[in-house]
Amino acid sequence: MSAGFPAAARAALGDAQLRRNLGKATTTIRTKRANVVAELPDWEALRDAGEAIKARAMATLPEQLERLEASVARAGGQVHWARDAAEANATVAAIAGGHGAREVIKVKSIATDEIELNRALEAQGITAIETDLAELINQLAHDTSSHILVPAIHRNRAEIKGLFERTIARGQDLGWEATAIAEAARRHLREKFLSVPVAVSGANFGVAETGTVVVVESEGNGRMCTTLPEVLISVMGIEKVLPEWRDLEVFLQLLPRSSTGERMNPYTSLWTGVRGGDGPKEFHLVLLDNGRTDVLADEVGRQALHCIRCSACLNVCPVYSRTGGHAYESVYPGPIGAILTPQLRGLDQAPTLPWASSLCGACYEVCPVKIDIPSVLIHLRGRVVREQKSKLSPEALTMQAVGRAFSSQKGYERAQKLAQAGRGPLARRAPGLKGWTEMRDLPDVPRETFRQWWRDRPRGPSPGGATPHTPEGRGT
Amino acid sequence: MRVALFVTCFNDTLFPQTGRAVVELLERLGCEVDFPEGQTCCGQMHGNSGYQRDGEALARRFQRVFAEYETVVSPSASCVAYLREQGAGEGVYELTEFICDVLGTDDVGATFPHRVTMHPTCHSLRLLRVGDRPRRLLERVRGIDLVDLPDARECCGFGGTFAVKNADVSMAMLTDKLRHILDTRAEVCTAADNSCLMHIGGALRRQRAGVRVMHLAEILATT
Repeated sequence: MSAGFPAAARAALGDAQLRRNLGKATTTIRTKRANVVAELPDWEALRDAGEAIKARAMATLPEQLERLEASVARAGGQVHWARDAAEANATVAAIAGGHGAREVIKVKSIATDEIELNRALEAQGITAIETDLAELINQLAHDTSSHILVPAIHRNRAEIKGLFERTIARGQDLGWEATAIAEAARRHLREKFLSVPVAVSGANFGVAETGTVVVVESEGNGRMCTTLPEVLISVMGIEKVLPEWRDLEVFLQLLPRSSTGERMNPYTSLWTGVRGGDGPKEFHLVLLDNGRTDVLADEVGRQALHCIRCSACLNVCPVYSRTGGHAYESVYPGPIGAILTPQLRGLDQAPTLPWASSLCGACYEVCPVKIDIPSVLIHLRGRVVREQKSKLSPEALTMQAVGRAFSSQKGYERAQKLAQAGRGPLARRAPGLKGWTEMRDLPDVPRETFRQWWRDRPRGPSPGGATPHTPEGRGT
Repeated sequence: MRVALFVTCFNDTLFPQTGRAVVELLERLGCEVDFPEGQTCCGQMHGNSGYQRDGEALARRFQRVFAEYETVVSPSASCVAYLREQGAGEGVYELTEFICDVLGTDDVGATFPHRVTMHPTCHSLRLLRVGDRPRRLLERVRGIDLVDLPDARECCGFGGTFAVKNADVSMAMLTDKLRHILDTRAEVCTAADNSCLMHIGGALRRQRAGVRVMHLAEILATT
C-alpha cells in the first residue's frame, strides 16, 4: 500500500504546471455549471427527485436488477453477472475472443478503468483502443485518469500536441489550433471505428423497465462505438440501474448541467437489446458488483452509490482543484472518490482518503443527487478509527485524554492551566504540530482564560453600563 | 433578555478577548449575560476526527450544562453547527444569528474606522446558512471601510485536524486565501469563527504581513 493521500498530494502540489492546468480548468467548468444551474427555477426540486429515485433504486436493488435482466433478454441482449473485476474481465475477454477480435474499441468508461479491463485484455492478446479523446491521450501517454469527466484535465494543449506528434501523428507539425490537434485523433480513430468488430462501453444508466442502456458523452466517438461494430459489450456497475424509463427525464437534466455545464448533452445514446439490420448484431450487458453490495450494507455510506459521475464535486473542491486526481490513487478521485474508494476497496486499502477534505461542504452543495459527502467522510473517519487504528496510537491516546479532561469542569480547567504552562493534553494534542508550525505561527496561550476574566470582573451596573471595548488585534 | 454564553473551549483558552467582546456587546444591546462555568467543549473536534462517541458525549454534556437556559449564544459557527447536528442545538444561536434574528437589529452601535475584509467561513455559509447576516452587521459599523474578499466562499484550508494531517494541501489553500486578503489591502481580516482566523492569522504573522485578524465580535464591540 502507498503512503496515502498526504504524501501523494505533496508530490502533486510541487508540480507548478499541473496546478496551473487544474486551476484554470476547474475554475472554467465551475463557472459554467453555476450559470446553467442558476437558470433553472426547479433545480432544488430536481435534486430532490434525483436523490429519491436513487434511494428507491438502491432500496430495491435486487428486484430492479432482475427486472433489468429480463428486459434486456426480452430485447435480444445477453446479461452476465460479475462478482468482481476478475469475473467481469474474463467475461469481456471471452466474448471478444470468441469473435476472434485482436482489437476492441472503447467508449469512455470508468467502470472498465476500475476493473483494469485494458490490462486484462492485453494479457489475452487483445488491444483495447480508447476512443474518448482524453482517454486516448492518457492511453498514449501511459498515464491514468485524473478526473471523472475530463480524464486528461492535468494536461495542457502544449503537452497534448507534443504527445500526438510523438505517437499518432508522428513526424507531423500539428500547429497550435485545438481543432488541428484534435483532427489528428479523429483521423486515427475513424479508421478504427470502421474496422474493429467489437466495442466495449460502460453505462450511465440502465433502465430496468425497458432494458435500455444509456451512454452520455460529448464527442460522438462513443456513438460510433455503440453503432458500428458487430458486437457491443457494456460493463455496468449494478448501482447504475434506474427503475423506470421516466426516471431518465430527471437525470438527463441533472447530469449535463452538473458535469459539463451544458443545458443539454450533445450525444446521448440509448439502445435496447439488438435490432435486425441496425447497429450491433450482439449485445452483452455485464453487471458488475466489485464491492458495491458491501457499500450497500453501510447505512450511512451507501449514498455514495447514488453518484451519477458528473464530477461537479471535483470541480468545486478546494482540495481536488489543487492536488488533481492522481493524489487520490484511484479511478474515482475528488470528494466522491474519497468516500467511494475506501468503501469499494476496503478501508484498510485507502485509510487516509476520508481525511482528504477540510469538510468545507462545497461538494454537498453542488451534488445533483444530494450525496452528503461531508457526513459520509466523518462516518468513514469513525470507521477507520474503530476498525483500523490502534487504541494506543498517539492520536487515540490524546483524544481519549482530552475527552476525559473535558468531561468535567475540574478536568477542563486543569487542562487549561497545563496549556498555559505549555504542558498537558491540550499542548500535547499535537502529534502533527510540526505540520502546523512549519508554515504558521501558533497563537500564544494567553495568561488569563476567558473564565478567569469572568470570575474576576467587577460585577458592574449592567446591562448597558459596560466599559468601552478596546480592540486587541492579533497577528501583527 | 437573559442569555447564556457558550464561549467554546477554543475561545476560552486561546482567544479570551473574543468572549469578553461578546459579553460587552450583548450587555450593550441590553442582554443579561450569564456564563455557566460547567461548560467545556461541544465535542466537534472529536466528532469530526473519527471519535464520534466522545463527541456525542460532550454534546450531551453541553445540553445538561445549558439545560436551564432558553437562549444560548456562541461566537463560533462551526461549534453551533455541530451542536445542531447532534440534536443539542435547540435555542443555541451563533452570534450574528442572535443579533439579527432574535434581537432584530443590524446596527449594534459600533465604530471601527479601519479597512476590513471578511472571510465568511464555510460552516457559517453551508452548515448554518447565516447568509449575509455578518455582512449586514459590519456594513452598519461607523467609519468602517468594508472591502469584498475575492473568492470569499472558498475554504481557507483550516478544517480542524485537516490543517495538520494534510498540512501541504491546507497551506496551498491558505496561500490563495492570503493572496486574496492582501489584494484587498485591508488592515483587518475578520470572520465569525476563530478557528479559521487562527490559521489565517498564524500565516499572516509568520509572513509579517501587517494585516491583523479579529473576530467579528471584537469589531462589533468596539465603540
